Amino acid sequence: MAYSDKVVDHFNNPRNMGSFGKDEEGVGTGMVGAPECGDVMKLQIKVQNDRIVDAKFKTFGCGSAIASSSLATEWLKGKTIEEAEQIKNTDIVQELNLPPVKIHCSVLAEDAIKAALADYQKKAGSKTGTGSAQ
Amino acid sequence: MKLPIFLDNHSTTPMDPRVLEAMLPYFVEKFGNAASRNHAFGWEAEEAVEQARKQLAKLINADAKEIVFTSGATESDNLALKGVLEMYREKGTHIITSSTEHRAVLDTAKSLEAKGLATVTYLPVDKHGMVNPDDVRNAITDKTILISVMLANNEIGTINPVAEIGKIAKAKGVLFHCDATQGVGKIPVDVQAMGIDLMSFSAHKIYGPKGVGALYVRKKNPRVRLVPQMDGGGHERGMRSGTLPVPLIVGFGKACELCGAEMATEAPRIAAMRDRLQTAIMNALEESYLNGHPTERLPGNLNISFAYVEGESLLMGMKDIALSSGSACTSATLEPSYVLRALGVGTELAHSSIRFGLGRFNTDEEIDYAIKKVIEVVTRLREMSPLYEMAKEGIDLKSVQWAAH
Repeated sequence: MAYSDKVVDHFNNPRNMGSFGKDEEGVGTGMVGAPECGDVMKLQIKVQNDRIVDAKFKTFGCGSAIASSSLATEWLKGKTIEEAEQIKNTDIVQELNLPPVKIHCSVLAEDAIKAALADYQKKAGSKTGTGSAQ
Repeated sequence: MKLPIFLDNHSTTPMDPRVLEAMLPYFVEKFGNAASRNHAFGWEAEEAVEQARKQLAKLINADAKEIVFTSGATESDNLALKGVLEMYREKGTHIITSSTEHRAVLDTAKSLEAKGLATVTYLPVDKHGMVNPDDVRNAITDKTILISVMLANNEIGTINPVAEIGKIAKAKGVLFHCDATQGVGKIPVDVQAMGIDLMSFSAHKIYGPKGVGALYVRKKNPRVRLVPQMDGGGHERGMRSGTLPVPLIVGFGKACELCGAEMATEAPRIAAMRDRLQTAIMNALEESYLNGHPTERLPGNLNISFAYVEGESLLMGMKDIALSSGSACTSATLEPSYVLRALGVGTELAHSSIRFGLGRFNTDEEIDYAIKKVIEVVTRLREMSPLYEMAKEGIDLKSVQWAAH
């Protein structure tokens, strides 16, 4: 299977690869997928004043999964929480020219974004006392 | 050294230039139909085919008359299973095979099952991928007409105890078919000593041309009969009609001759390169696991799982080395290798496997390059892997509740 140039570029030069410290202020972490399915994505956002100032990823998966999560971190940086919620898997498919068999990679990236945002909101909520008690 | 490097010699092999040389006169100059009995063009073609038949027979210790030419090992497997079942169905319809056979055998067996023509027992294999001869013996019933067990596996290279299985088959009066596609030409094969009644193999796995294969069909003790699956002019003792592809057959013959003459020096040379590749990679990379038998394995085979990295991304990172992966995304089926699963390899490690297939034309320089590249890419992808990070933190990945998707 031939990869698009953009997938190859993200694979060879992943953007924002890495992790934030567990206890860092304002960090939300999303981990989706399963090893037996062949892909696991960890996506982290760092939020200051309702804006995502930094994002990082680590991915176990094929080249398209790595590229999808790398692209997601690029797009997340600088966005507000509301803007980040608007990122759709179809945007990722389009940007990376993913073939039909790789669409699940983009779905996983969207899930990872949503999970990271939810985790951040949960933590922020519990800190300020406005969130629902868990 | 030229890039990309070909380390996928289980899928196919480059043709040996000496094979091409032998074939060339049979395209334009000596183009006769080997079945033409009335003129010199036909005689010349027939003579070339009979010469090749002898070359094949010699490599496997058979008689030339026991060789049936086909289009390849897939056709040979189909002919063996379907042809035997149709011929002997009065006697019984039970077939015994193993769970790690090539799909040409497995899917043929499944198709016969689906049509209600056969009942099939799929024997398990041990953790090294080997069939236990006792399991074969225990599976035989009075309805069993055929045992089909491969000589060497195409993914993990494990060599089955074929001679023992042949002995059991003979004692029980059951026919024994062996798919020897990966083994012929690489390791010694002797249909007499191994008690094989039918055997599939093909030219393109042994530095010959694509498009030609053979089925060995025993003529004596017992005389094996088959119902042909291709009707027509009655070629190949009536077992496989169709004009013989003379140039391909000549190439197949030459390829067999070369393997026979060079195996004694070639096999240890390839095994030494393979061992060096294996040792260097596995010493440098923790949590890399060998798939297949540690010793009873094809000389050119090496299949390793690298924990925490996914197979397709490994191949992508090593795109100047032609390799194969047992992982999901590379195949159309989106399932990890059924062969690795049959060994009991966990799904996540099956997703992380790479198959190296070394052959006649690989060099030490290429192996050096592959060693360096594999270590570099696995290390880089592990840095990128959340699973590796978690494992380093001491988290037991099996205890994590994953959201399977």
